[in-house]
Amino acid sequence: MNVQPSQIQDLIACPHCDALHHAPVLGENERAFCARCGSLLAAPRARSFLQVLALAFAAMILMAAAIFFPFLGISSHGFGHESSVFEVAMAFSDSWYAPLSFAVLMVIAALPMLRFVGLIYTLWPLAKGRPPWRHAAFVFRVVEEMQPWSMAEIFVIGTAVALVKIGGLASISFGPAFWAFCALIIVTVLKNIYMNKSAIWEAIGQK
Amino acid sequence: MSDPVLSATDAGLTGCTQCGRVWPMGTARCGRCGSHLHPVDTRCLQRVWAWWWAGLAFYIPANLFPMLRTSTLFGSQENTIAGGAVELAQHGSWGVAIIILSASILIPISKFVAIAYLAFAVRTPPQAAGKRHLLLYDIVEFIGRWSMIDVFVVAILSSLVQLGFVASIHPGPAAAAFALSVAFTMLSAQSFDPRLIWRGPQSTSAT
Repeated sequence: MNVQPSQIQDLIACPHCDALHHAPVLGENERAFCARCGSLLAAPRARSFLQVLALAFAAMILMAAAIFFPFLGISSHGFGHESSVFEVAMAFSDSWYAPLSFAVLMVIAALPMLRFVGLIYTLWPLAKGRPPWRHAAFVFRVVEEMQPWSMAEIFVIGTAVALVKIGGLASISFGPAFWAFCALIIVTVLKNIYMNKSAIWEAIGQK
Repeated sequence: MSDPVLSATDAGLTGCTQCGRVWPMGTARCGRCGSHLHPVDTRCLQRVWAWWWAGLAFYIPANLFPMLRTSTLFGSQENTIAGGAVELAQHGSWGVAIIILSASILIPISKFVAIAYLAFAVRTPPQAAGKRHLLLYDIVEFIGRWSMIDVFVVAILSSLVQLGFVASIHPGPAAAAFALSVAFTMLSAQSFDPRLIWRGPQSTSAT
């Protein structure tokens, strides 16, 4: 079967199974799913850009706080020690596996931060109904591709496990960065609920 | 019975796996998001297997070498991944022991098995199991990152527990090996093209 070039604009291929669909025209509360594998294909361009933009800003500020404020402290038998998230990442730095420190810093702080900044860059003009800024497509693609490698939420669960491990050994105090991280996770979850990848791509595509 | 769904490949088109737009076959980059377009092809399995073996190669030292070195007033101790979990269980922290065991042993091993199974399954003609296989792939992609928990726990413990001679914890070489193993299996899962699940071994036309 051959498809005329003029028709290509109206087609979308499911990223998961390659099934070809006509790009649906959706109403207010409609969503389009792939007929073969059931993946979400498109949702209407709701007024969600502004919410995502606001949440990305909140996440960015919380992340900045989370990196530099004290994270956790312990004390036992008169000895005490406090760590920031930066120092946690540097835990591996005094041996041959120092690159692991760099990797940990990337996945818990730098990549999530870059994703928030990239999302703001992409959505700032779109939320106001203006055409996207230059290289918005490249920026948003990088934001999407970094998604599996940004592991802030996994780090929070790791913190919980670590706290149980040392719970009996010493008394623990929570710094502002700990609470910032917890808030960050909630904001990130909300952002993921509001965010609508296909709508953003569509908005970027309309030059 | 032939598949009633027309795929983009059958129509002589290539779908963008990032944003869903379709382009004539042979187009190198998506004109909307700039992603590299690649046809549905079993060649991606080579990369899947390369990363898979690399992940497995690092998973073995990750389990043999110590993950943590703990020194307290009463001497020092080295723990492997499994050893640490067993010790937690002996102290009665069953919940955390189960989290550690599933994040560092159960999930990685099931991931190796699941990716290998999918890579073999797409070499046989496509079956009705498509939806189940896609679900398996989605689970593997989603859950793989959570194995990093153990690396973060080690980082938090060794930066926090620095109480002079009372107690101090240092990371062991297994932490680096384990982080690499998780990263390689994530790359292996990302290299797998889920569109192959419906496509079968050859790019023969299904219509």
